[in-house]
Amino acid sequence: MARSLLQHPHWQSCARTGAILCGFFGALGVTPPSLAQDTAPLPAQVEFNRDVRPILSDNCFYCHGPDANHREADLRLDIRDEALDSGAIVPEEPAESELIARIQEEDPDLRMPPPQSHKTLTDRQKALLQRWIEQGAAYQRHWAYEPPVKAEIDPGQNAVDVLVRGRLAEIGLTPSPEADRRTLIRRLYWDLIGLPPTPEEVAAFEADPSPDAYEDLVERLLQNPHFGERLALSWLDVVRFADTIGYHSDNPRNVWPYRDWVIHSFNANKPFDRFTIEQIAGDLVPDANQETRVGSAFNRLLLTTEEGGAQPKDYEARMVADRVRAIGTAWLGQTTGCAQCHDHKFDPFTMRDFYSLGAFFADIEEPIIGQREVGMAVMTPEQEQQLAQLDAARAEAARAFEAIVPQLEIAQQQWEADVVAYDVTLPELRPDSQAAEPAKQAARQVLEILKGSSRTPQQQQAVRDYFRGTATRLFVAEREAVAKAERERKEFYDSLPKCLVSVSTPTKRTVRILPRGNWMDESGEVLQPALPHYLPQPAVDGRELTRLDLAHWLVSRDNPLTARTVMNRLWQQYFGTGISKVLSDLGAQGEPPTNPALLDWLACEFMDSGWDLKHMVRTMVTSATYRQVSTATPELLAADPYNREYARQSAVRLDAELVRDTALAVSGLLEPAIGGPSVKPYQPDGYWENLNFPTRDYVPDKGESQYRRGLYVWWQRSFLHPSLLAFDAPCREECAAERARSNIPQQALVLLNDPTYVEAARVLAARVLRECTGTPEERLVRFWQLVLQRNPREQELRTMLELLDLHLSVYRGDPQAADKVLQVGLTAAPTDKDVVELAAWTHVARVLLNLHETITRS
Amino acid sequence: MMAQRVHGWQPARRAFLGRLGQGLGTLALASLLRPAALQAAPAEGVLKSLPLPQRAKRVIWLTMAGGPSQLELFDPKPKLTEMDGRPMPESLTQGQQLAQLQGQKLVCLGPQFPFEPRGANQTAISSLLPHIGSVMDDICLVRSMTTEAINHDPAHMFMNTGAQIAGRPSMGAWVTYGLGSEADDLPAFVVLMSHGKGRSPQPIAARQWSSGFLPSRHQGVQLRSQGDPVLYLSSPPGVSGRQQEADVRAVVELNRQQQEQAWDAEITTRIAQYELAFQMQTSVPQLVDLRKEEPRTLARYGCQPGDGSFAGNCLLARRLAEHGVRFIQLYHRDWDHHSLLREELPLRAREIDQACAALIKDLQQRGLFDDTLIVWAGEFGRTPMSQTNKGPVGRDHHNRAMSIWLAGAGIRRGCVYGATDELGYAAVEDTCTVHDLHATMLHQLGIDHESFSVKFQGLDARLTGVERAHVITGILA
Repeated sequence: MARSLLQHPHWQSCARTGAILCGFFGALGVTPPSLAQDTAPLPAQVEFNRDVRPILSDNCFYCHGPDANHREADLRLDIRDEALDSGAIVPEEPAESELIARIQEEDPDLRMPPPQSHKTLTDRQKALLQRWIEQGAAYQRHWAYEPPVKAEIDPGQNAVDVLVRGRLAEIGLTPSPEADRRTLIRRLYWDLIGLPPTPEEVAAFEADPSPDAYEDLVERLLQNPHFGERLALSWLDVVRFADTIGYHSDNPRNVWPYRDWVIHSFNANKPFDRFTIEQIAGDLVPDANQETRVGSAFNRLLLTTEEGGAQPKDYEARMVADRVRAIGTAWLGQTTGCAQCHDHKFDPFTMRDFYSLGAFFADIEEPIIGQREVGMAVMTPEQEQQLAQLDAARAEAARAFEAIVPQLEIAQQQWEADVVAYDVTLPELRPDSQAAEPAKQAARQVLEILKGSSRTPQQQQAVRDYFRGTATRLFVAEREAVAKAERERKEFYDSLPKCLVSVSTPTKRTVRILPRGNWMDESGEVLQPALPHYLPQPAVDGRELTRLDLAHWLVSRDNPLTARTVMNRLWQQYFGTGISKVLSDLGAQGEPPTNPALLDWLACEFMDSGWDLKHMVRTMVTSATYRQVSTATPELLAADPYNREYARQSAVRLDAELVRDTALAVSGLLEPAIGGPSVKPYQPDGYWENLNFPTRDYVPDKGESQYRRGLYVWWQRSFLHPSLLAFDAPCREECAAERARSNIPQQALVLLNDPTYVEAARVLAARVLRECTGTPEERLVRFWQLVLQRNPREQELRTMLELLDLHLSVYRGDPQAADKVLQVGLTAAPTDKDVVELAAWTHVARVLLNLHETITRS
Repeated sequence: MMAQRVHGWQPARRAFLGRLGQGLGTLALASLLRPAALQAAPAEGVLKSLPLPQRAKRVIWLTMAGGPSQLELFDPKPKLTEMDGRPMPESLTQGQQLAQLQGQKLVCLGPQFPFEPRGANQTAISSLLPHIGSVMDDICLVRSMTTEAINHDPAHMFMNTGAQIAGRPSMGAWVTYGLGSEADDLPAFVVLMSHGKGRSPQPIAARQWSSGFLPSRHQGVQLRSQGDPVLYLSSPPGVSGRQQEADVRAVVELNRQQQEQAWDAEITTRIAQYELAFQMQTSVPQLVDLRKEEPRTLARYGCQPGDGSFAGNCLLARRLAEHGVRFIQLYHRDWDHHSLLREELPLRAREIDQACAALIKDLQQRGLFDDTLIVWAGEFGRTPMSQTNKGPVGRDHHNRAMSIWLAGAGIRRGCVYGATDELGYAAVEDTCTVHDLHATMLHQLGIDHESFSVKFQGLDARLTGVERAHVITGILA
């Protein structure tokens, strides 16, 4: 029972995407329409990758697949020759094939898959295997390891539309009509810059008679500086960007310049291959500079610990594994984690591949346990100039000082001789001295040295320091100039942003295969960096590979995975689900693409265009496929409940950060600055009480920092800001290719009660009262326009007017309560407005900010 | 997941909401929009029928965070007393994982507190735990538990999720995912925190109650003793209950009107979530308010309303259990006695001892003991060797041996299971793993741990991991 339910497509999607058609505390009984897969007619021609591999992989490969250590009966079904040799498969002769006999076996002791595997084949799956053997049991290499093939598309046509519609025609579905312009502009704004349009922008677009109005809008948004912020959201998830180390004390570390580097890279449309190379080997590229080094912070984004008693070898192993998983998720679309302990059971990825890939990072200089270093100073050109000036000033002061050194030394010799000859009591050691103990200690030490017969260099330095710092009054100005220049430089340098970056050290860590992932077992073979053996290899002449080789290999034309992985994720952002549904796994246990030609075309075009991300975004969002309505006819819903064929758009709840951004934007509170240190919005007191070493107080930001976009919120891995967490922002402890989209009561509590949203509501109310002095109805129109960019319907007006009356009457009876609600948040309440009226309108604004439509991109 | 939107198709369910727009505020929202009206049955899990008899309907997991010393509490070792101050035999320790004692001289430390025989079987347990001693005949003591991790954070992760890699669902999430909830106005998985007075306890990360790759609604919800019991539960200042209700009602009504324009299953869910959220605003504060408990009851647990103590949380756990909460996890922090073992351990023991026993007796009195599984466990055990490099004597982290106890829900009463070697270094008899413990918990809940899996990263991911885990049948009645 458990098995069949868990295998039901609905629950699979639940597990992966948090598909919550049901409530938080329980299902509401909204049963998803069943995907009629198990009753679908068998395809005339069975295709191995589409029809057979998923069955074999899920049911057979665990014991009869790539993992040699767990292979049963010495039978391998993932390689055709071996399957034939063993007699499991006799092409065209299902009746002779042991495989068919065993899956149809009545005796549970002989039946495959065996009962203890908790796997069962459906009748349709058995029929598919039978027909496949009848048709000759042709194998195909796994689709994702074959080079993508680019379909020929007539010039002037949008390939996305050609390929989507071709597929729709094949399966007998028709595309949906184009959405209205308001829907289109809202969709585009949220998808491309992550903010809602203003009513004026919507009106202008609706009225734009130009045939290129839509394309022009797309172009403007691609050039908008918020474009990089929007695209950064998903990249920051996939590389697990966060402000803290993750384990145990979860202390801060300096990495925010990397976040800004991502934003700027996307805004500048840095080619994705270069974008990749800078992250993995920005310190090793021939033209390494500050920018490429900041990109290389990618290698430092993993989890680390400062826990006492943590063993370096243990964490070294964790860090190797963490990095390999990151490359697997972000670029290769491969699940690699299992190969930490054993060869992959479903994909050709071996333990050797795992640790060889990890060996690429053995040169990165870093403490294994303990606090990270401060990091590299990240400067603007002006700051670089300023630092250069301070360096020059310091050098100048030092030169001036050098000039007087000979005189100082003569004076020092004289002083030393006097002290010894006249047995001088140093001032600190006089009975009436007020000097602190360390100063007395230093003086005693100097006296001892002076009376000694010989001196070490350290002792010589101690005497010199004492003489120059304390004893002499000569050349005070010069000496102070040196100290001042030093201090000024240090203060300035300390104030500069810092970023952990990759620094390559020649003393590399040893990486060896850890048998069963056990870091205490040092019997495994020591490995050099190498690329997964089953993928095309780079042409290098036997020299040791470096991170730079890895980076180039990831984005080489021969690598069949990277472009597909990245395009699949990008597609999901604009269309709701990936073409291959499991974004982190293009391997055997993922799902074959519903439209392989489409994914391949996108991957090829991406590479052919010079890895031009904006070009690909443009291609996707200008397609007619993108512009469809997101509503479905009952027939379409029945035929394609999860919109895997893209005969319509998808409606999705906004990402956590955009929920925040939208409320701040429509109220006028948003501070649109780009980049900078992470910010701390209001957060419930005591939310960090379980953090320790050290304990921490959360101090919310004041001023503009309070109103920054969600992607700048301080990312505390072990306790992510609760209003982001409620809307499924990931903790970023692991790389996340995809976010859940849940629908839970905490979201209602956040939108209703989090001071951020209450403040946004009252500021929005004040804004409307200021901008619109007409009737309540006219004001409501303005509210609707600002929040939803449409006019309210008659019924909506009635509901809201009723609500307004209720709050007016309550606050008239209790104006102090009105005062209280207007004090939520840091923004001062306007003094020229009637408190009761403003407070009542605040509730109107609050209701609007809570609407499903307000937080849904449709 | 995409919202499913349909032109002109309005499910019958829509009718339940009635015409809310007429006469706002004339009916109580909570009664009009009771989730019960929405739900055929509260909170179903994915397991529609269970392969095994369900002995436990709910779990109360008492986490002693920091790693309590089994050698002072549950696992008496006379031989260790004899060896006190002498070197630990290298045959035991060679090549083993150590934490802060790595590279240190390893010296035996005898138990620091006497043991006393308790219960019908005269089981020896610490004199520091007189109350738990009084319920020895109701619990099953496991002296042979082990774990894989040896630092706090990974060890908690392993105990809670069965994996040392972040991002896996915690056991509470697994259980509520499988079984759903019996509470219609409370989270199915609740977390309660307390800590000892005075010292600085080890941190605990929210990932310990995360839903991992399961749907977010299965994540644990922390009920806090200070501030809002659930984050953002209180209405804003200046907003009365009546006003909050009116706003929620308006949100629901406007969403419903939108639903008429373009049907979307997500809107239906959204509406239900607003109703639940509003209900929680009343139901949760009532539930956590211990002032209505009889003084007798408070005295039995040893707590005062609102004191945030472990004892108060035990009483709250009983109330949550009564309300149908599926998985209740308590954390009591500050058991990490690298030093000051003699001084601090008795304090921690006193903070939990009476309340643990009171919880068991209270559940028994209310007829809940037989279907509530209680587990008492730290994240790892402590070394039989002394640690002296952090101040007055203590013990280091240890993963080869730890003691836990279980009770209720078909667990054998008054039994001792498993044993360690004579110095208490390693479990040697009936050795149990964390995966075994999880398998056993699932078994009592009626779930076959092997078939309870979810596809994740290409694998059938299970709470009990890849390697075969075994139900610890020896502790079952």
